[in-house]
Formats: sequence, structure tokens, C-alpha cells
Amino acid sequence: MREAFLLFLVIFAGTGGELCISRAMKTAGEVTDFRPASLLRFVWRAMRVGWTWIGISMMAVAFFSLLGMLSIEAVSFVVPVTALSYAAGALGAAVFLRERVSAQRWLGVLIVCVGVTMVWLSKH
Amino acid sequence: MTGAPANSNRASGLHLRTYAALAVIITLAPLGNVLLGKGMKGIAAATTWHPSELFSILGQILSSPYIWLGIAAQLAFFVAYMVVLSWADYSYVQPACAFSYAVVAVLGYLMLGEIVNPLRAAGIAVICLGVIVVGRTAPRTTDPIHAVERALEHG
Repeated sequence: MREAFLLFLVIFAGTGGELCISRAMKTAGEVTDFRPASLLRFVWRAMRVGWTWIGISMMAVAFFSLLGMLSIEAVSFVVPVTALSYAAGALGAAVFLRERVSAQRWLGVLIVCVGVTMVWLSKH
Repeated sequence: MTGAPANSNRASGLHLRTYAALAVIITLAPLGNVLLGKGMKGIAAATTWHPSELFSILGQILSSPYIWLGIAAQLAFFVAYMVVLSWADYSYVQPACAFSYAVVAVLGYLMLGEIVNPLRAAGIAVICLGVIVVGRTAPRTTDPIHAVERALEHG
């Protein structure tokens, strides 16, 4: 039960954080100039977008939840089950970012879910 | 006359550089996770979830060398990932990185003595296959400006 709760936090806080960062980056604009001064200006611009800070906070929650999971479960169990983030990512991209997710990508996500279920069952 | 061999050499060098970078990426991310796992195994899990207990655990986490080595490996992975994306396609790099799920099982066995049973090994193989299928789709399906406009329109 505790593992399931921590996995929920890793997946949803991690994916939610990445989606917030992705949304912030799209608001901040595309990087076309890779000179240090331009990159610093881009980082400053990104830091002024609220979504960036929400994203960073959520990713911190995901990181500490991952550490919590690693303290009670094997690494060869924890890391593969976090692949469930592909499903959360596809769902979030479709709903939150309004991206068009292709049938092939949904098929890949389904295969990942089958693999995660197998890894989860291997615990017992 | 020397154009074709020069292009061929450049392409071959690019392939070699890409394979080397991918090998680094596929090793660093699992290594970081295994080091984090090793660090966390030495720290007692929270039982009461009382703030004082959580702060004590946080102190132990921040004073563990394995945790810092794990974070360093993850940061190095992130830099290597960004660097390889500067010349290779995301749709090529992302599925290649799926093999890190298999590497984490191997490193878990070698460094932590974890037993990977056949069902777990098969599950990891299926996950790798799924990630490869995801990676073979177009990396960008929307124009960034239009995507954000649509997202803002829908709240």
C-alpha cells in the first residue's frame, strides 16, 4: 500500500512537474541561440513563468518519493515500474498540453503498462 | 574528389560519437539509481511520518555519500542526454535509452545482489519494447506556439 502511494507520487508529481516545465518552456519560447548570455537570458525568462516553479516543486516531491521507494524496495523493481510515467505523460500531454497522441504511441504506452504489471506481479 | 571520403569519415565519426554517448547515458542513469538505492538502503524508512522523524531522515539522506554520488551520476546523465540531443534526433535517442531499464536490473544484481526473477526480467523486456514503440512515433505533433495557445484557451 505504501509502495503504491509512493509510486503514485513519483508518477504523478514527476509527470505533472515535467508537464508544467514543458508548458513553461513553450511560454518562454524556443531556444535558437546557444551562446551563454542568451541561455542565461532564457533561464531568467523561464524563471519568471509561474509554471516553472510549480514544476520544480512537483519534481522535488517526485524525487523524495523515489528515494522513499528505494528505501523499501529493490532498484530492479522501482526503476522499471516508474516507466508508468509514459502512460501518465501521454495522458497529460493529450489533456493538459492538447498534443495529438498517435495510435502507435498509445500502443507503446499499453505495452509499457503490460510490462509494468508483470514487474509489479514479480514482487509476490 | 575528396568530398565523398571526407563525408563518409564524418558520418562514421558521428555514428561512433553517438554510440559512445548512448553507452554513457545508458550506464549513468541506472548507475545513479543504483547508488541512490544503495544510499537509501542504509537509512531506516519512516514509520510515524512525524515532522521530527522526517527531518532526521532528510539529514541522513543529505549526509550519505552514496546519495550524492547518485545525484552526481544523474546530473552527468542529464548533461550527456542534453549533449547527445544537440546532434542526434530525439526519436533516435529516446528509444535507445529504454535499455537503461535492463541495465538497472544488471547493476542491481552486480552491485546490490538483487535477485531478478524470470517474470521481472520478462516485464523489463516488455517495458523496453513499449518504450521503443513510443520512441518510433513523431517527436513533435504540434507547433509549440499553437500548442500553448490551445492550452491557454482551454485553461
